[in-house]
Amino acid sequence: MAFLKNLALTAMVFLLTAQTALAAGGGGEPIILVADSRKLTGIIAWWANLYNESHFYFTLLTIIVIPVVGVIFGVLADIVMHFIGIDLSSRDLAEH
Amino acid sequence: MDWLYVLMPIAGVKIFWPGLIILGVGVGVIGGFFGMGGAWMVTPGLNILGFPMAFAIGTDIAHMAGKSLISTMRHGKFGNVDYKLGLIMLVGTVVGFEVGAQMIMWLERIGIVGPVVRWMYLVLLALIAWMVFADVAKKKRKEREAIAAGREVDKLATGIEWHKTLHKINIPPMVHFHTAQLTCSAWLPILVSFFTGWLAGILGIGGGLIRMPALIYLVGCPTHVAVGTDLFEVMISGLYGAASYTFKGRTELVAAIIMLVGAAMGAQVGSVATKYIKGYGIRIVFGWAVIGCFISVLLKLIPTYIPELYAICDALATFLILGLVAAMSIYITVKMVQGAAAEVAMKKKKA
Repeated sequence: MAFLKNLALTAMVFLLTAQTALAAGGGGEPIILVADSRKLTGIIAWWANLYNESHFYFTLLTIIVIPVVGVIFGVLADIVMHFIGIDLSSRDLAEH
Repeated sequence: MDWLYVLMPIAGVKIFWPGLIILGVGVGVIGGFFGMGGAWMVTPGLNILGFPMAFAIGTDIAHMAGKSLISTMRHGKFGNVDYKLGLIMLVGTVVGFEVGAQMIMWLERIGIVGPVVRWMYLVLLALIAWMVFADVAKKKRKEREAIAAGREVDKLATGIEWHKTLHKINIPPMVHFHTAQLTCSAWLPILVSFFTGWLAGILGIGGGLIRMPALIYLVGCPTHVAVGTDLFEVMISGLYGAASYTFKGRTELVAAIIMLVGAAMGAQVGSVATKYIKGYGIRIVFGWAVIGCFISVLLKLIPTYIPELYAICDALATFLILGLVAAMSIYITVKMVQGAAAEVAMKKKKA
């Protein structure tokens, strides 16, 4: 429950921060980059086309994919370490 | 050997993918161990692999967000993350960062941004390195004095104790941080995070390098909690930074995911290593990392005054950073493997 509360608070702060930054305007130099998707096929071509068509959807998907991939790899590493026999739930050292 | 190269769909360049994984492992180990994003280490590495600079920072931040998430999860399970402290500090960090960024624009307008930022960075790194090693020396002196006086050495004793003075500030609201085991005015972490956020905004860095020692020396967190709580903040700022850079079209997700494969393993190794290394051990290695960063910034500053040394200084800085990443990640991994082997042997003995 405490974790969910913290997660909700984090999400709120994260969203508010983005809103504040967007409201403040600013941004980088207006350089337009275009991905060359002519030689690409399959999902990679689709990804490059998404970049060219909408940076908004490209961003949305990126910030969803990154944490999901992170969690997947993290859980996989957890399984491997647990299999080796390392205690991953506590730390004995309690000092400065 | 074409299979060793992968085409980056956005940047349009072919990159040696095992290099990305190795770089990911290295900075993952260091990031999970110290609680920092490590942008100062990744960018030269990506540059060497042939990555266009326009995409290097965005890609680095995107992989950093994923890596920090893994490390935060691990540190959270060890009880190293004080979420309440992290959330309170986030307020100061965000406001401080914005003020710092605005100040940079002002410095840019008056045309002195470059030298001010670099010299400020150098002074700050020197100060952090001095703080870490002065703290270690003071702790050792206390231990020697205790042994000489025939007293028992206090395992919880620390060297520099500025936080004890700062905890005497009783401006309400007073807050107790359960995981960090400290009670102080809520204004202390807010002001400290505002200051570290402001510095990060001015220097254009994530801030882990400054926030981690600030959490230890100013807020008074135990080293392990400072590492975990800092990672929690790096995770949030990393996600925000990734969104911001991606929206400007400066992120190569394919590279970020490949790096994340290595960083996921590295982050776990680095985080688990904190289980076996004492707080002061972490502080000492961190001090060396700061010295490495100091020398690399200095090497980048020299060509501003002696342009003909650019090529040598640039090569030296890159060599130093990559050497430091390799040396530290090998040291941390060895310590982790030794600790894990001892733990497994102990378990077998008990069974």
